[in-house]
Amino acid sequence: MHELHLPWLALTVLTPLLGAIFISRIRNWEIAQKVCVAVCGLTLAWSVGAYIDFTLLQSFEAYDKWNLAEGVISSDAIVIDALSAPLLPLAALLYLITVGSTLRTKMSRIYFTWTLLAESVLLATFCCRNPWWLIACLVLATIPPWFELRVRRRSTRVYVAHMGLFVVLLVSGQFLVDSSDSSSTLFLLGVALLTAGALLRNGVSPLHCWMTDLFDKATLGTALLFVTPMTGVYAVMRLVLPVSPDWALRAIALISLATAVYAAGMAFVQREARRCFCFLFLSLSSLILVGLELVTPMGLTGALCVWLSVELSLTGFGLTLRAVEGRVGRISLNHYHGLYESTPTLAALFLVTGLASIGFPGTVGFVGTELLIEGSVSTNPLVGMVVVTAAALNSIAVLFVYFRVFTGTRHQASISLQSRLPERIAVISVIVIILCGGIHPQPGVASRHRAAAELMRIRAQNAPPPQHARFVSLPEVSAQ
Amino acid sequence: MTQTAILNGLGIIVVASPAALLTIVGLAALVGRPVGETRQAQSIQLAVSVGLIASLCILALMLLSGTRNVPIELGNWVVIPEQHFHFHVKFIFDRLSVPFAILTYVLCGTVSAFTSAYLHREPGYNRFFVFYAIFLLGMVVSSLAGTIETLFFGWELVGLSSALLVAFFHERRNPVRNGQRVWAIYRIADAAFLIGALALHHLNGEGDFATLTGTGPWPIGEARITPAQALYVGLLLLVAAAGKSALVPFSGWLPRAMEGPTPSSAVFYGALSVHLGAFLLLRVSPILALSLPLSIAVVALGLTSAVYGAIAARVQTDIKSALAFASLTQVGIIVAEIGCGLRYIPLIHIIGHACVRTLQLLRSPSLLHDYHSMENAIGARLPLESAFSNGLIPASYRSWLYRFAIERGFLDTILDEYVVGKFTAVFRWCDRMEQRWTALLSGSKAEDTQQLMSHPAAPEEFL
Repeated sequence: MHELHLPWLALTVLTPLLGAIFISRIRNWEIAQKVCVAVCGLTLAWSVGAYIDFTLLQSFEAYDKWNLAEGVISSDAIVIDALSAPLLPLAALLYLITVGSTLRTKMSRIYFTWTLLAESVLLATFCCRNPWWLIACLVLATIPPWFELRVRRRSTRVYVAHMGLFVVLLVSGQFLVDSSDSSSTLFLLGVALLTAGALLRNGVSPLHCWMTDLFDKATLGTALLFVTPMTGVYAVMRLVLPVSPDWALRAIALISLATAVYAAGMAFVQREARRCFCFLFLSLSSLILVGLELVTPMGLTGALCVWLSVELSLTGFGLTLRAVEGRVGRISLNHYHGLYESTPTLAALFLVTGLASIGFPGTVGFVGTELLIEGSVSTNPLVGMVVVTAAALNSIAVLFVYFRVFTGTRHQASISLQSRLPERIAVISVIVIILCGGIHPQPGVASRHRAAAELMRIRAQNAPPPQHARFVSLPEVSAQ
Repeated sequence: MTQTAILNGLGIIVVASPAALLTIVGLAALVGRPVGETRQAQSIQLAVSVGLIASLCILALMLLSGTRNVPIELGNWVVIPEQHFHFHVKFIFDRLSVPFAILTYVLCGTVSAFTSAYLHREPGYNRFFVFYAIFLLGMVVSSLAGTIETLFFGWELVGLSSALLVAFFHERRNPVRNGQRVWAIYRIADAAFLIGALALHHLNGEGDFATLTGTGPWPIGEARITPAQALYVGLLLLVAAAGKSALVPFSGWLPRAMEGPTPSSAVFYGALSVHLGAFLLLRVSPILALSLPLSIAVVALGLTSAVYGAIAARVQTDIKSALAFASLTQVGIIVAEIGCGLRYIPLIHIIGHACVRTLQLLRSPSLLHDYHSMENAIGARLPLESAFSNGLIPASYRSWLYRFAIERGFLDTILDEYVVGKFTAVFRWCDRMEQRWTALLSGSKAEDTQQLMSHPAAPEEFL
């Protein structure tokens, strides 16, 4: 396996962790905010470095240069590969723009500390090779939102019940997979438990209520950062795809398909913008799962492309929504708000990011969506039709929210509600990527196809023995 | 320089000029620094003039050299060689696309000149022209598309700009509701189009029209699929065309689209956008020719829409709605002509109808004023002429027909009650059940969610 030229991955994970410790000692929140933005910026720089270094290596996967945590973590535990390479800078970017655009009234020292901790855990998740480390990261990631709910004195019961189940399913599933033969019933049970856990984290219906509850009760920023990186999908790719039989993948695809349509329909009838956003996200993330579980090169490539585009565009969409909420409070969709005249830039950004999320032409998701639908049609025309129907419903919901929030009346405001510079920078940086990726999609598609091809090759090994199938490890597979 | 190189250069200019216009006005609006009115009008005039002149030059060169088909390859936008997937960007200049592109430029140029004065110092001036630029690019790309994916690209841009223009007067609710309805119907049409396009792509291995509809230049060419496949794909494309051209049962959006400003009604719904469905059918006409049931379906749909439009137009009380239904009648006839196997007649019909309708719609704001002037001059109301059809229809049926026409064939009511109503009722029930379940789990009441509504941030944040 190749080695990166610098310990990019360790720096990416440790920078926010050390930043969190440092910020916890700062009393002045204004300084804390500046430090937090600087730490997020530095983390983004390391992750971009990792991505560029990895791309230049032209390898399937690569280790870090030195093992900075020698003795605690084995040197091959932290790895970057074709699947995770773009996810790292993307996750770091999401944290940077979210922190950078947070309103002063929503800031606190604790907020910054927990945000950086969550970032560190998320980035570690994307770097993990060992399934148990991966599960540990996924479990740790559930703590910051729980802590915030506690601080805000909201009920944590729904969240705890679902996340508790998620932890139990993942741990017991991985235990069974590790401890049984790949042809045994216990192994299949383990795969089923892992699948259920990953799907629960992804919010597959009917186990999605924790997500709507989280959007209701947590701050929008925290909810966004917890769900938009789609670690549930990542868990499916890492833990389930390499070991699960075909029928299990087909079952996941069917459940995801049903969720995609259901959530799209639910987004259509919501009366509150956050819930609508949540269902929109659920529908789109389920469509990604459909593509991934079809396990066709086209479907897989399309799903991986849509994964990145949805993560990016829905974060931009969510941040714009957060900016609007910062001005008028929670947004009811029962009536029109007519905010266009007060915040024309936000309206434009809202529309562009919303359209990007549904794969509108000229945006980064267009080609990915087309590949995803083509993959579905080639597998089964009926599946293709259902995917297209869900996508159509989502697009109707996006414009519905836009019309409700920005049009229909004229908002009377005593002060200017124009977007602030940090908000504009945050969302415009997302839009630049969305449009550039839309105009020149080939590099992104080629990179995702490469990742898809490798995942397919590993699948073709037909569920290798559990001790080797814990992770998508290309040289291991070639060696077999 | 060879003729091919000149044609290639001109072809790229035809597509690049609206793209450049959109880049300028779109980016300026996005960063919150819109271009001034004069500069904007000049940019539009320049883009339209350049595009139009280039299109006319291509037409002239084609006529002089006798070339009937000029493909312009821009290469693969996206390619996955291992999967034999390529998103090929190709434009074709033939007897169908060149007239349509010239028509687009002529009508858009006319309307932009009219609008510069019509919307002068209106708050939405810049917004209108951003949507206009999206529409122009969408129409040009759709007209000249050499692959079905490229056509879909343009098709989507036209749909978005149309919906946003219907909702142009967005401080009022009705235009917004109508914009939402137009968007919903367009999305259904787009979904059918996408499935049809992908099915075609699969059946032929590529989305190139030269392969889909035979190697000969339009309208010659034989599709290489079986009649059964042609029926399946053709029906999907027919649904797409019906949505875009407001054919029955999607006709309800056309009069609603007249809520937009008059220039957009004229150029988009009266002239260009409404003909895009017919254009699609013309483009895939070799597929229609393969299946008799499909052709019959096209004729039946066209005639039904034409009759429906003619009946509904008679009872409209405002001029724009009357013109909308009159447009529908003509579009219905055009579609029926296509179903009958005609090719050049519907194309000429489209061009003639689009020009007449644009002028009628642009004239409509001042028409009422002129009527009042005439009535003032003669000192009485203008005489009402009895319709010829009154003598043909028995009195007992007339009131029923009037009710049918004034309710616009109950199409919207049927769609609202039996499709949208049922759909939303089911999902609202699911939503209530979900909220109850979540409330039960969290040990609170479902209504508590509403109490969690956060308050806006302090005003100091925005000062």
